[in-house]
Amino acid sequence: MNWLSDITPPGIKKIFRNQSDSGDTLWTKCPACSEMIFNRDLEANLHVCPSCDHHMKIDVTERLNALFDDGKWKKIKLPEVAVDPLKFRDEKKYTDRLREYRKKTGEEDAIVIGVGKVDGVTTVVAVQNFAFMGGSMGMGLGEGIIRAAEEAVSRKAPFVMFTASGGARMQEGILSLMQMPRTTIAVQMVKEAGLPYVVVLTNPTTGGVTASYAMLGDVHLAEPGALIGFAGPRVIEQTIREKLPEGFQRAEYLHDKGMVDMVVPRKELRETLGGLLRVFTRHGVKAKPAAKPEKKADNETSNVTSLPAPTAKANDTVSKSGQDTDGLDKAAE
Amino acid sequence: MRTYLDFEKPIAELESRIEDLRGMEKSADVNVNDEISRLEVKAQKLLSDTYSNLTRWQKTSVARHAQRPHFCDYIEGLTEDFTPLAGDRSFGEDEAIVGGPARFRGRSVMFIGHEKGRDTESRLKHNFGSARPEGYRKAIRLMEMAERFHMPVVSLVDTAGAYPGLGAEERGQAEAIATCTEKCLGLGSPLISVIVGEGGSGGAVAIAAGNRVMMLEHSIYSVISPEGCASILWRDAQARGDNKAPDAAEAMKIAASDLLELGVIDQIISEPLGGAHRDVKATIERLGDAVEHAIHDLEDLSPEELRKQRREKFLNIGRVGLA
Ligand SMILES: [Zn+2]
Repeated sequence: MNWLSDITPPGIKKIFRNQSDSGDTLWTKCPACSEMIFNRDLEANLHVCPSCDHHMKIDVTERLNALFDDGKWKKIKLPEVAVDPLKFRDEKKYTDRLREYRKKTGEEDAIVIGVGKVDGVTTVVAVQNFAFMGGSMGMGLGEGIIRAAEEAVSRKAPFVMFTASGGARMQEGILSLMQMPRTTIAVQMVKEAGLPYVVVLTNPTTGGVTASYAMLGDVHLAEPGALIGFAGPRVIEQTIREKLPEGFQRAEYLHDKGMVDMVVPRKELRETLGGLLRVFTRHGVKAKPAAKPEKKADNETSNVTSLPAPTAKANDTVSKSGQDTDGLDKAAE
Repeated sequence: MRTYLDFEKPIAELESRIEDLRGMEKSADVNVNDEISRLEVKAQKLLSDTYSNLTRWQKTSVARHAQRPHFCDYIEGLTEDFTPLAGDRSFGEDEAIVGGPARFRGRSVMFIGHEKGRDTESRLKHNFGSARPEGYRKAIRLMEMAERFHMPVVSLVDTAGAYPGLGAEERGQAEAIATCTEKCLGLGSPLISVIVGEGGSGGAVAIAAGNRVMMLEHSIYSVISPEGCASILWRDAQARGDNKAPDAAEAMKIAASDLLELGVIDQIISEPLGGAHRDVKATIERLGDAVEHAIHDLEDLSPEELRKQRREKFLNIGRVGLA
């Protein structure tokens, strides 16, 4: 299976680096309530303030470790893309900026893709990395999302997308804008394959990202307080020349306005996602003893034996959306 | 009265001298006529030299020229029985995007496009071509209608961007743009998109994810306006009072020729000498010819083939033909 060749181990180095980084300062001040929080407690609490529940930024790898069962997941390599085709230069050269962020984050671009089990359901999860040029959308990110969608389709697995972005990567000009239709195609591929596409909107998600794959989910979840919008608040204030109301463009506001299904605290995300994914993939539902399938399909893995198959019809559905976990466990060990 | 752009000053001076001489013509001798002819040749040459060497920032002002033909001009010049349809059937009508079915050179075609308006009153009516969610949702509605009647869709793009307002955000601007883009890509009818003036960001691409994407020669298409890009990436210089928008326009490569080279568009429709505003009628005809050709090329494809062609075309952007 050729996707195996794409697989690299999770960013082990990065985890260690972050730990030593946090060793430099022991405390973090909550930007919302000013409470001083012991870093170890903050990490244990997934970077949510224990006293006011303010959701701070969480490192991409930490998020994936927390989301996947037992912290086990495989990283999918980002496709290579043309570097700086515009030869863009503002006050700095784009290639220099890119090099800087690659060094700083240890990642190729503003997205990390992982495959693993979320509450028992094999899932492709892509997380936008705000620390990489503000999670900006360029060719690397666009190809990454297409790659993730293809991975989901080939595995018949759900696709969960965590968004965080200031919008387009201006240094890639029109090629950045073209990622809007291109990522939309990625979403269409997942949907056409009958697979669920779930978006988790995190702080902040704005611009062309919001106006493409971030708003095309079967389900939209959002972290509390996340800023979500097309235009940034400053641009809107300049346009309408008035102050924006409190809570405008926040996750709860989008929920009220019907754009978000559910605002979910970070600590409950795994459980909420797991529940959704199980329902969508008919995974993990207890089979009635009387309705066991008469025979198993040849390619069934041990994972599939726990699947419900009360009727022949249901059995078809199961094998259609059945989880191909072959190779995953081996690599994750 | 012709509106001259800053860089057209030498042309304006020549043309005004020609006008002055014309006023003298009746009473004057042969020499005046000779002088007029001489100046006319000179003006033509200057116009041609200027317009074949426009910077991207100059093109930006041509693309925004007050006398450049707009959606309504194309409709008037190219179609019969155009029936403008209104409303998203959910919240309201947004006249920043105009659309409806019409007869175009022997075919029934759905036209959709941004309209910026011409004078203060119509500009306000059309919100300067900056659409709200209702505009995009109306566009979706019209595309679905076109699909039902097997009509090709022609979208004409001319917007600085989707409207960044409180109400627009409240009613899901991002969702409307995303869904409109998705509709374009999934459309079972041929979709031909032409950037006729400004192709500004997501508000443009939302109706421009077509089977064939063309640009008028001096139009621009970009991820953010040169001014917007300058204010973010040249923050320091801008704060000092330097106008870095021209640099941003250059750096982002927003001209039709750039986009053709990058494989983002399929075709450039050349404009009359001195830009579309100098000969509106000829511009409209040229656009009509290009659109007619494109429809002819695409109309025998099945809905599935059309979707496949569109998808492959967009997936190839950035993968094929970049250095
Ligand atoms: Zn706090």
